[in-house]
Amino acid sequence: MTHLLYGIFIDPFVQMGAAPDLLVQTLWEGLVSGVLYALIALGFVLIFKASGVFNFAQGIMVVFSALTLVGLNEHGVPAYLALALTIAVMLVLAFAVERVILRPLVNQPDIILFMATFGLTYFLIGLGELIFGGDPKVMISDQLQLPSGSYRIPIFGGYLQMQKIDVAATIIASLMVAALAVLFNRTRIGRALRAVADSHKAALSVGISLEQIWVIVWFAAGIVALATGIMWGARSNVSFALEIIALKALPVLILGGFTSIPGAIIGGIIIGVGEKIGEFYWGPLLGSGIESWFAYVIALVFLLFRPQGLFGERIIERL
Amino acid sequence: MLYREVGQYKTSYGADQALFPILQDRIGITVILLFAFVGVPLTASSFTLDSVLIPVLVLSLAATGLNLLTGFTGLLSLGTGGFMGVGAFACYKLTTFFPNVNIIVLILCSGFFAAAVGTVFGLPSLRIKGFYLAVATLAAQFFLSWCFIRIPWLYNYNVSASIEVPTKTLLGIPVTGPTASPVTRYLIVLSIVALLTLVAANLVRGRIGRTWMAVRDMDLAAQLIGIRLYQTKLLAFAVSSFYCGVAGAMMVFLWLGNAESESFNINQSFLILFMVIIGGLGSLLGSFLGAALIWGLPIVLRAAPAFFGLRIQSATAEQASFVIVGALIIFFLIVEPHGLARLWQIGKQKLRVWPFPY
Amino acid sequence: MHLKKLALSAAAASVVGLSASQAVAQDTLFVPLFTYRTGPFANSGIPIANGMHDYFNMLNARDGGIGGVKLAIQECETGYKNEKGVECYDSVKSKNPLVITPYSTGITLALIPKASVDRIPVFSMAYGLSASAVGADFPWIFNPPATYWDGMSIVLKYIAGKEGGFANLKGKKIGYIYFDGGYGLEPIPLLDQFAKEYGFSVTKYPVPPAQMQNQSGLWLSVRRDRPDWMVMWGWGAMNPTAVQEAAKTGYPMDRFIGVWWSGSEDDARPAGAGAKGYLSLNFNAVGAGYPAIKDIEKYVIAKGNSQTPKGMVGDNFYNRGVMNSAVIAEAIRNAQRITHKKVVNGADVRRGLETLKISDERWKQLGLPGFAAAIQVTCQDHNGHHSAYVQQWDGTKWVKVSDWISPMKEKVLPLLYGAANDYVSKNQPWPKRTEACDDKTL
Repeated sequence: MTHLLYGIFIDPFVQMGAAPDLLVQTLWEGLVSGVLYALIALGFVLIFKASGVFNFAQGIMVVFSALTLVGLNEHGVPAYLALALTIAVMLVLAFAVERVILRPLVNQPDIILFMATFGLTYFLIGLGELIFGGDPKVMISDQLQLPSGSYRIPIFGGYLQMQKIDVAATIIASLMVAALAVLFNRTRIGRALRAVADSHKAALSVGISLEQIWVIVWFAAGIVALATGIMWGARSNVSFALEIIALKALPVLILGGFTSIPGAIIGGIIIGVGEKIGEFYWGPLLGSGIESWFAYVIALVFLLFRPQGLFGERIIERL
Repeated sequence: MLYREVGQYKTSYGADQALFPILQDRIGITVILLFAFVGVPLTASSFTLDSVLIPVLVLSLAATGLNLLTGFTGLLSLGTGGFMGVGAFACYKLTTFFPNVNIIVLILCSGFFAAAVGTVFGLPSLRIKGFYLAVATLAAQFFLSWCFIRIPWLYNYNVSASIEVPTKTLLGIPVTGPTASPVTRYLIVLSIVALLTLVAANLVRGRIGRTWMAVRDMDLAAQLIGIRLYQTKLLAFAVSSFYCGVAGAMMVFLWLGNAESESFNINQSFLILFMVIIGGLGSLLGSFLGAALIWGLPIVLRAAPAFFGLRIQSATAEQASFVIVGALIIFFLIVEPHGLARLWQIGKQKLRVWPFPY
Repeated sequence: MHLKKLALSAAAASVVGLSASQAVAQDTLFVPLFTYRTGPFANSGIPIANGMHDYFNMLNARDGGIGGVKLAIQECETGYKNEKGVECYDSVKSKNPLVITPYSTGITLALIPKASVDRIPVFSMAYGLSASAVGADFPWIFNPPATYWDGMSIVLKYIAGKEGGFANLKGKKIGYIYFDGGYGLEPIPLLDQFAKEYGFSVTKYPVPPAQMQNQSGLWLSVRRDRPDWMVMWGWGAMNPTAVQEAAKTGYPMDRFIGVWWSGSEDDARPAGAGAKGYLSLNFNAVGAGYPAIKDIEKYVIAKGNSQTPKGMVGDNFYNRGVMNSAVIAEAIRNAQRITHKKVVNGADVRRGLETLKISDERWKQLGLPGFAAAIQVTCQDHNGHHSAYVQQWDGTKWVKVSDWISPMKEKVLPLLYGAANDYVSKNQPWPKRTEACDDKTL
């Protein structure tokens, strides 16, 4: 029993002190995976903010966009042209989704729209496998001029190893968040998006075209998904296993709130770091492999105390 | 003109509240039960029983469980796979501890363990609602999946971390294990499913079902008229997990014959959820229709090309079935958000007024 | 109303089922192949499926089948999922299949109890249940050329050789990274026993199937624990991710050795230059320079009758699939010889598998000289516990860096018999072997 208590409360901190370079490494790994979770969550937030739809298919959009990019390149299309073509494909997908799914289901309860995105997920899984084959593929990082290799920084007697691609991912994610913030706050379209997020009817009454806004928002989410797919794919291969990792974005959304962009980032970082630290220091106590559910438990504990998340709007229910 | 339900008068409250008040319904159910219990075993092939009927029945029981929770009480749950696994592993441990007890009793008892676990994971439901509760059930799903492989006691310290089903007999006939014939297993599965569906039908038509539906429709108003929210939600979790647990135990003991942690992962939860969505939320009939469609469609898609003389690879058929299932879900949600069960109801209504359009 | 439709849907489903069966011609040798070309294990499954399929097609095209009877091959997509495997089995079992090759430890475990009841042999080449090597308890299951326990003992022999003897293993730390399922859990008892006996410590790193591509945290633990050697029992997407992460963390690759299922070119290639030095076990040869494989290129691939992409022929797992089919073909020939029938059935092929004897000379006759070690199966020993060698990735291809190492049979056999007894006692009533033995060892 004392062994258990020692293992929970004392030993991990002893380890942290004994090997501070590993602690920093864990924090860095957590930060990187947190940023990537946040990117996926960002896609969710974009769509939820503007159309009230919880887009379960965000995960598969990540995989699908990465697959399209790699698949086009495999067939001989040069990397940057393939990138442009993939962006075009995501635009077509946004149009198709708006036309086929959103428009017919415009006034249905949220749960129906949520389940429609389930259907979209399955559809894209099958379509992706049919067109590109089921085997995992290697991301074309070299052709896209993404950096490879790593920095090794000696600290605390040990070393901190940072993969260049991870650094690039963090920078690109921050740039993307900044760009989205500018889009939302400084442009006309951003104003329209915020108006639609507040109230569909009011936005309609001032003349904002809901369909256009939805296409724009799904396209933006598609771009975010493509960026996420490239980053994730560069770190490990592009395969459909990524789609399950996208489920991790749900705890991020819980923490950050469903409608807040900074919330998605901060929530992502908290979940990423929390998960890695938990697995590294407390994992061996429980037999390791706890990364698969630790994030959800963090989110659950959070939910019990603050149901709307850190930055979300307080849900006020009226009869 | 041919199908007339009018002219059947009830002369007692009992007759009015009967499960099948109309004569046509009574005839229908008798014919269908006869066909299911007598006709199918005599005519169906072993492949049909093993790979089509038994899975459809087992999965429709799990879908019924999920429907009670999500369709009738409005609590979205993504932990169905985990609760099925709890039932399966509980049944396995029960057979280890009580090797001489009737296997059917053990299968039904394992449902109680699943109900207990389901109640524990339903505890957050007082403070959390909607999508947030779905995340809590996701936590349950991943945690239970982890437990099934990380707790060796559950699979009796087998080196392969999988559970094998011992051969159990009932009245001298083997009912589980490789020597059990498909017909025996089918009849047992059918009996259990029929019995539990009857229980579910009475539950949803009675007071408990009405409190669940009140919670689903507007829980604040339900609370105001005196329904105890917490107990109702926990009861929904418990009953739903009981059904999922029994389904899980049947899946291992009467269908697959063995299982491991991966058999009850998140994809299983999604599969059952799709069945409930397509079949119709809030309808017991929908659970069966959804299960038959989702399970049967890939089999039809695999067999169809050969039927028509085309040769396509089985991998392509697999992928095509994903595409078609996904498209079907979207199609059904657009055309009929209330699922196949509603389509059936509309069909019956059309039948009543035929040949007039309305 | 719901009960009404309960059975109505059952009726509809039965119509579906009746139409699902396909006819197979009577005078063919039907071999179903359980493959996975989709899903997270497809990178391992596709080359094996291609190898298996192409070799049989070659036999049909070049020799007109086996003994003059054509082979009917049917692939069934399992996605490495147990339920799909059981469903594939149910769909083929009434069509007189000669042998089942599940290519998944999980599916094999599910089919082991059914094989003896349905009288269809299961050929799980170097995977599945190690204990099924005991022919007296598992008359219908065969797993040559070596079990997982043999493999683990070979790995330890190699490590001991590099360290200068088993005595030098004392105090060393061996890390075991494994697929968190039956396949990866099986060798652990042997590893623990060896650890106790030779004084080294074992740190275990399980990889859950959902986390196969997310191993960065795990390899951080490896960096913290600094094991002297890393042993991997991986499959599918786990392999290339592990090699990539090991290269990133800077773990010395020449101390990282994977089992024969972690030795595909596609497992080492994605890590680029960093994978140089990665070791793996193997029991078949790599390369396309063998007469039989050249025949495959000539009779099957050149004629457009194959899904194998250019450049895959001669890959390790492609050749593994070829070996799988070659052994099955040899067993069918045996069966035809023993029973004097041309069109044999499952029970005949069981006898053929049980009397399997492929000597080095025979491999040469089959067009695969030196392709694999000699294989011998007896009634008592359904495995043979044959040798494997260690290969190393040099950046572009696999290079053999050791001789054929034999397993430590004296340590493995007691464990094997113990495990077989354990399995039989846990699964009572287990049918006693009634099949006669053709070579009089039982």
